[in-house]
Amino acid sequence: MSDRIQRWQAGITDVVVIGAGHSGLAMSHALSLRSIDHVVIERGEVANSWRTERWDSLRLLTPNWMSRLPGYRYEGNDPDGYMSVAEVVEFVAGYASRNAAPVHTGTTVTQVEQVAGGYRVSTSRGDWLCRALVLASGAFNVPVIPRLADGIPSDVAQLTAQRYRNPSELEDGAVLVVGASATGLQLAQEIRQSGRPVTLAVGEHVRMPRVYRGRDVQWWMLASGVLDQRIEDTDDPLRARRVPSPQLVGTPERATLDLNALQAQGIEIVGRLAGIRDDKALFSGSLRNVCALADLKMNRLLDAFDEWANEHGIATEVAPVERYAPTDVGSSPRLDCDLGKHVKTIVWATGFKPDYSWLDAPVFDRRGNLKHDRGVVDLPGLYVLGLPYLRRRKSSFIHGAEDDVNELSAHLSNYLDLTARRHVSGIAM
Amino acid sequence: MNKHETTADNGVNVEALLGAREALTEAPEAAAFKWRATSEWVSGTHSRATVDGFFGLGDEQKHRQTFQFDADHPEVFAAEDNGATPVEFILVGLAGCLSAGIASVAQNRNIQLRSVKATLEAGMDLQGILGIDDAVRNGFDGIRVHYEIDADATQDEIAALVAQSQKRSAVFDIVTNPTDVTVTTSKA
Repeated sequence: MSDRIQRWQAGITDVVVIGAGHSGLAMSHALSLRSIDHVVIERGEVANSWRTERWDSLRLLTPNWMSRLPGYRYEGNDPDGYMSVAEVVEFVAGYASRNAAPVHTGTTVTQVEQVAGGYRVSTSRGDWLCRALVLASGAFNVPVIPRLADGIPSDVAQLTAQRYRNPSELEDGAVLVVGASATGLQLAQEIRQSGRPVTLAVGEHVRMPRVYRGRDVQWWMLASGVLDQRIEDTDDPLRARRVPSPQLVGTPERATLDLNALQAQGIEIVGRLAGIRDDKALFSGSLRNVCALADLKMNRLLDAFDEWANEHGIATEVAPVERYAPTDVGSSPRLDCDLGKHVKTIVWATGFKPDYSWLDAPVFDRRGNLKHDRGVVDLPGLYVLGLPYLRRRKSSFIHGAEDDVNELSAHLSNYLDLTARRHVSGIAM
Repeated sequence: MNKHETTADNGVNVEALLGAREALTEAPEAAAFKWRATSEWVSGTHSRATVDGFFGLGDEQKHRQTFQFDADHPEVFAAEDNGATPVEFILVGLAGCLSAGIASVAQNRNIQLRSVKATLEAGMDLQGILGIDDAVRNGFDGIRVHYEIDADATQDEIAALVAQSQKRSAVFDIVTNPTDVTVTTSKA
């Protein structure tokens, strides 16, 4: 290619893993155990997204005792606490150095293409040739912002959860937070605590108490097998992968974060942001129904926990059964609000998607989603890790990496063996 | 969850619906439908609308018969009351859509329905359409729907049916979210 800038070969290896977050490092660990030659390519430092793309107050949604990776676990003195961003960075970086993982930091992947016998991974520090490739570059690279954002007046500041750090960066005045996942609720709460009026636009969401019958809700999810549910056993895999993160926050008080708690703190809840017209934000009249759906689903989940506790004879070891007040929607939720005059800032907490813009291969469906079967991509020797519900409900959790990596590294190892044999027999002929 | 030993039959062909979902995922162009109606003024506030054909699955489609609807206003509006008030058609549409959804979801969840009765009420302040007060909107200030359902299911399962039906309802979406409306004219 004539327009190609100077390229040089950085190396040849069996496997390139893209991304040195917890997933990529767990895969590196599994490959090392199998003595498979590999490198881990990282655009920044280990745990880069945690270092550069998270807000200041964020803590993990899972308690410390759950934080483990293959051959590695949390060993601090606060098992029921929740790691801060700095602690997550330390945890993941500690894993990389303890494993002496072959990480190439400060190396940005610019293009991946198929070549005979494998892949060429072009980076800012030369090209790698490999037989198999693992995408572990994360599920939350690019903020998803609804198209209607185009109609927002220019005097309203817009910020994504990826760029947001703390309330002091925001202009004075009212803030509209769009999105009712863990992110939206956490940001709404701390922005409200900074004294600004906050309106929260609420679409479909997942409600959960932080602590249920005296145990962290994540303990129930893990112990009762909910987190181990496999994608192939769900009624609707596409939907399962799109479910927003549950409304949880990790605080020393183990406080429940739900729409009732936020309203008690003075936050106004409105329906999903449905349109922009005449410098007004229009909210859907579906708020009552999305709250009813979330309440019903929470109660079904708690029923399942109770049933599991009875069946396993631990109902007396935990606190009594609890149920929570239905979400209060008020008598007539507001259907619009003035932008500019009233709302000065919009914070988008409307989700993320992975970025594979550098992946030059026919592996995307018509909507641009990567086509894969539980992490095995539609192209020989190509794998993906760490996406929500990739193989199990826990797949995007730190502790969820282990099972996925064990299974996918076995698949990958088998692939290398098969292609090596074919290669060898080809030479023999 | 109830254990249903028998198979519920609500007269909904769920296999066909699930099959359509799969087929339309593969062929999104076939999923593009156009719904149509024509209307002709009769006299006073009375007009007659006709629903006959629509477009979908890549082709022109016809209803089994032509349906006609008279719309008018009641006598308290100094009108002749030759048909339901247009705003009442909105309630009719919402009930028709939600009930169809309830039957389909119930079928899919193997819940036998025995009766599904909806009562709808919408508030409206006439000061809006009469131009008395600009702060009052023309349309409804809210819609209340109550479903009384007799089915082989718990109260929560019935509530979940109705909630899921709202989530997947076209008319619920149309009345709860803004829709861009283009009206053009020509001289006959």
